[in-house]
Amino acid sequence: MITRRHLIASAAAIAMLSAAAPSMAADTVKIGLILPMTGPFASTGRQVEAGVRAYMALNGDTAGGKKVEIVLRDDAGTADQTRRIAQELIVNDKVSMLMGFGLTPLAMAVAPVISQAKVPAIITSATTSAIMSKSDYFARTSMAGPQSAVPVATWAAKNGLKRVVTLVTDYGPGHDIEKGFTDEFKKDGGEIVEAVRVPLQNPDFAPFLQRVRDAKPDAVFVFVPAGVGSLFMKQFVDRGLADAGIKLIATGDVTDDDLLGAIGDPALGVITGHFYSAAHDSPENKAFVKQVKDTAKIRPNFMAVGGFDAMHLAYAALAKTNGDTDGTKLITAMKGAEWTSPRGPISIDPATRDIVQDIYIRKVEKKDGELYNIEFDTFKKIHDPFVAK
Amino acid sequence: MLTILFDGVAYGMLLFILACGLSITLGLMNFVNLAHGAFAMAGGYVTVILMNRYGISFYWCLPAAFLVTALVGAILEVTLYRRLYRASHLDQVLFSIGLVFMAIAAADYFMGGQQQLINLPAELRGRLDLFGIGIGRSRLFVILICAVLVVALQLALTRTRFGSQLRAAVDDGRVARGLGINVSTIFVLTFALGSGLAGLGGALGADMLGLDPNFPLKFLIYFMIVVTVGGTSSITGPFIAALLLGIADVAGKYYLPQAGAFIIYAVMILVLILRPNGLFSREGRR
Repeated sequence: MITRRHLIASAAAIAMLSAAAPSMAADTVKIGLILPMTGPFASTGRQVEAGVRAYMALNGDTAGGKKVEIVLRDDAGTADQTRRIAQELIVNDKVSMLMGFGLTPLAMAVAPVISQAKVPAIITSATTSAIMSKSDYFARTSMAGPQSAVPVATWAAKNGLKRVVTLVTDYGPGHDIEKGFTDEFKKDGGEIVEAVRVPLQNPDFAPFLQRVRDAKPDAVFVFVPAGVGSLFMKQFVDRGLADAGIKLIATGDVTDDDLLGAIGDPALGVITGHFYSAAHDSPENKAFVKQVKDTAKIRPNFMAVGGFDAMHLAYAALAKTNGDTDGTKLITAMKGAEWTSPRGPISIDPATRDIVQDIYIRKVEKKDGELYNIEFDTFKKIHDPFVAK
Repeated sequence: MLTILFDGVAYGMLLFILACGLSITLGLMNFVNLAHGAFAMAGGYVTVILMNRYGISFYWCLPAAFLVTALVGAILEVTLYRRLYRASHLDQVLFSIGLVFMAIAAADYFMGGQQQLINLPAELRGRLDLFGIGIGRSRLFVILICAVLVVALQLALTRTRFGSQLRAAVDDGRVARGLGINVSTIFVLTFALGSGLAGLGGALGADMLGLDPNFPLKFLIYFMIVVTVGGTSSITGPFIAALLLGIADVAGKYYLPQAGAFIIYAVMILVLILRPNGLFSREGRR
């Protein structure tokens, strides 16, 4: 008796066989986009998708003489799903590239799959330094490790902030950022008064903020995941830390463009370092922001620009290989790519396949009645601080 | 130092309001309702929707959150919960955890997965300095409301006719029915009250604890700790337990940030070793 399971098994076997055959000269190139479209990280998925669609709307759907097609799948932010979907996309849908990955563990989970299948994957969101070494087929257009934290440290030391407390969320990216900031700040002659780590599942910031207040630093450097940032900002103001003369400096996740409106006036004056602000002044960015606002009805944030640039990288690679979809050729074509993104000039480091970009120091200000991160200082061509040295 | 104590008390009070409904259903009605957090979440979302979409004042949102969740609680009691009073505890657990997942999925679908934010009225923001102690206004507000509720609940359960009818109905439903007490109505009202209180807690806590679809699971463990440590005999037990845990949690995170998240569990284990039935247990029953 042929059960459904047999059918699926044999279908999978046939699919594997045909995938092993030399890549067919089809006229369509499929790109598998794996994002958390539901669950607690749905806003990441929504933003990246908006960025990807905006790129295709502005630049058409052909690259290297082929029609580009996006296959969007939802992994709900769980790593085993991401891995399963990646396998399905490669084996059944025969995608030539993968894209997306909202969080570090999700990207980590697909590393063995893409290495084995020799399919390049462009990371649009996850930022931990460690991911890139897991597979030679990863390229990244979000941020490389604590890229945004190091310039904040340099800026703080230059601007007379001597004693700083760091407060980070206790998980991978938090540790990266804490180390990146601390190393640089000490080198510049600053003093870390205290390093506070907040549990990931933390209902109330009160005790940690009180600890910061009692340490009486010049400033507190903060990294918390984007969604929690708003809650943190409110409690920061309520506890009177700003009145006590403690400055808030942070990476751009805390004053995420997507949430800035909801945080409201408490955010005014906060100084952050990050690679993208929706208020970045360039024609590329104006076109990008307008496109996203018109079609997706949201203000793009750094996740959206990650998706936008991932598409650019994919198009550029296809153009360079003249439409050849061999994975190894594609990833080689991505190395050293250089272009002007809505965020500013960026490139892909040929050695690490990781992004090299400018980091901007911004201050939250009111512009046309809305809150924006206004850039006022630029640190050029920052590499992943953990790998570059 | 005193600020930490104050924050701990505020956090404990909030835990109590969130969990006391559970201690009523679990302790008095002997029903394991793991979906309790879902009612708290509902209250939080009612507040968010009323405030952010319709611009209604925060103070009106609190009673609204209470009433809406109480109503939802009453409807669910009549349609679903009632059938499971006699079922085994395992059935009740499975049923209510199923409800939790449905609630999470529903909240995710209708409201989205992100953190919800509310803007408290200006007079509740910032902090006061009383005798050198920094006091957050919103936390003071939480403490005042909770204190009133604790006294009111205690009086209602021990001094009113409804309270004694409820205790009679729980102790022996058949006899109570024989005496002309309408047990079903009493249970609906009690369940609605418990759910409503959770909703109120969710509304009050939206600013302090945040609100996202995972709220029921995130706080389930805290509710369970409060009820377990407090015992289920009265309102005072969970109240003292909530205060103790709130203060221990806040102080632990302040003085020992590295171990902060574990303190609350250590306290629970210690209490349960010393008093396996909770701080205040009902001796000699069942």
